[in-house]
Amino acid sequence: MHKYIFKRMLLLIPVLLGVAFLVFSIMSLTPGDPAELILGETASKSAVLALREQMGLNDPFFVQFGNYILDGLKGDFGRSYTSGREVFGEIFQRFPNTLILSVIGVIIAILIGIPVGIISATKQYSLMDSISMIAALLGVAMPNFWLGLMLILFFSVGLGWLPSGGYSDWKSLILPSITLGTGAAAIITRMTRSSMLEVIRQDYIRTARAKGVSEKKVINKHALKNALIPVITVVGLQFGYLLGGAVLTETVYSWPGVGRLMVVAIRSKDTPVVLAAVIFLAAAFSIVNLFVDVLYGFVDPRVKSQYK
Amino acid sequence: MSEVLSSENLEKDSSVATVNKKRSQTAELWRRLRKNNMAMAGIAILGIIIVLAIFADIIAPYDAVAIKQNLKDRLMTPSGAHILGTDEFGRDMFARLIHGARVSLQVGILAVGLSIVLGGALGAIAGYYGGKLDDIIMRIMDVFLAVPSILLAIAIVSALGPNLLNLMFAISISSVPSYARIVRASVISIKDQEFIEAAKAIGANDFRIIMLHIIPNTLAPVIVQGTLGVAGAILSTAGLSFIGMGIQPPAPEWGAMLSGGRQYLRYAPHVTTIPGIAIVITILALNLVGDGLRDALDPRLKS
Repeated sequence: MHKYIFKRMLLLIPVLLGVAFLVFSIMSLTPGDPAELILGETASKSAVLALREQMGLNDPFFVQFGNYILDGLKGDFGRSYTSGREVFGEIFQRFPNTLILSVIGVIIAILIGIPVGIISATKQYSLMDSISMIAALLGVAMPNFWLGLMLILFFSVGLGWLPSGGYSDWKSLILPSITLGTGAAAIITRMTRSSMLEVIRQDYIRTARAKGVSEKKVINKHALKNALIPVITVVGLQFGYLLGGAVLTETVYSWPGVGRLMVVAIRSKDTPVVLAAVIFLAAAFSIVNLFVDVLYGFVDPRVKSQYK
Repeated sequence: MSEVLSSENLEKDSSVATVNKKRSQTAELWRRLRKNNMAMAGIAILGIIIVLAIFADIIAPYDAVAIKQNLKDRLMTPSGAHILGTDEFGRDMFARLIHGARVSLQVGILAVGLSIVLGGALGAIAGYYGGKLDDIIMRIMDVFLAVPSILLAIAIVSALGPNLLNLMFAISISSVPSYARIVRASVISIKDQEFIEAAKAIGANDFRIIMLHIIPNTLAPVIVQGTLGVAGAILSTAGLSFIGMGIQPPAPEWGAMLSGGRQYLRYAPHVTTIPGIAIVITILALNLVGDGLRDALDPRLKS
């Protein structure tokens, strides 16, 4: 098992290098001269040329990429073109804000999705099942930025209960995390329901019932354990998507996270910030996925035995 | 004797057989789909949206109604003259919605089409040849999968510049890996079956085998994923336009319309609410059709 975890962590290195290369190549297609951008339009030609040389912009592409990676390993992702501050610091300062939003979003999604999914499956075709399935369909179909605006319209503009943006206290966490968690809650509900329905049809459940085990115990003890295994993957994937999808939610709520930093940076053509933000979020996404895969091994003995 | 058994005739016969079988499969699929009320509702809604999008120019001319600003009528609530009200520039919301449907459907279908072609080709090659080629292709796909698709799309659009073509390209690139995976998995599951061996034995080349014998058999999961993919692409388009990275004003696009109404949320909430409802209805319809197709194509649910 330890060997497997170690192997997976090693595999993460080429993937992240690949991600860095991919994003670096994409961003190098950005038109315009960074040196000109930093110095402004009034700068003399010789000053621009000097800065280009100093920034290494005249080096071949692969040399530039190599230097970027080497500096990146030392925690140096360059400086922002607009604020002049270190990119690493800017991102690291905001990353906890993005993380807290995603974590609360996932917790909300789990707390709603799993119980509703179980109830829907055990009472298939009941009114409760129909209502929750329609709600889940709507949850999947709703763009989260629009849901965010609707929540602001209702709770901030209409009722005046909650702040419409920014990050001051715990109250400002409520709307953004609900916005972020709704889609995931819907997907987890659907997954839990279908997985539970599949498990309930199995022979060992029939055996348990035939033995006279109470229905409650059959569901909670026998069925749930197996039904939740595929749900873990979905929860992990959703958590990863929330980290990425936070871009839109953070924009709606002017949330001081990495996603919003990135959107602002794109508008001002601040390439080093965009580049580092995408690499950071992708790294977080990959680490979450790795964590889920490892967790899977712990939960499912069938998977565990393959690693030995 | 030799004429009857020549490879050409055998090939012809087998292709005739597949055509017949395919027709009956489609009929069977439609029969099962028709029993699914939710899927039929999805198809009906989608049909209405497509008709409105096709005849958008006849219902409300683009230049004269959907684009032209009319500031004295701005932010009007729904009424007889403007059934869905007007936006911040006094343009009819309904006219902009149906022209927006055109953009959304176009981007959604073309982006998904492109990613199915690219992803399908990569997946088919990886699955059919296996070995090193498979390893290389799938490791590259892993890298693409490690970046959340919306981030990848944002990065591509921000580098290439925000316009319709780049948006479509960005959205399709970011979903190529998922199609590559699906196609690869089904190619691997069928490439060792006897009918492929038979095709090889009569001397069909790899291209012919992949295109005529393997691809048709991998279509079912791709169609399901593609239907759901169009929904995803429409959501991404709206999301990117919302942050100013997609369709540029004054062109009507649902995400951009929504974004434009944000400032007036307090005074004219309909400008933000209505495009969102249009998105929800479209995505809902596509998801219903996708789910219905998945159930109809699932052999375990045949009875």
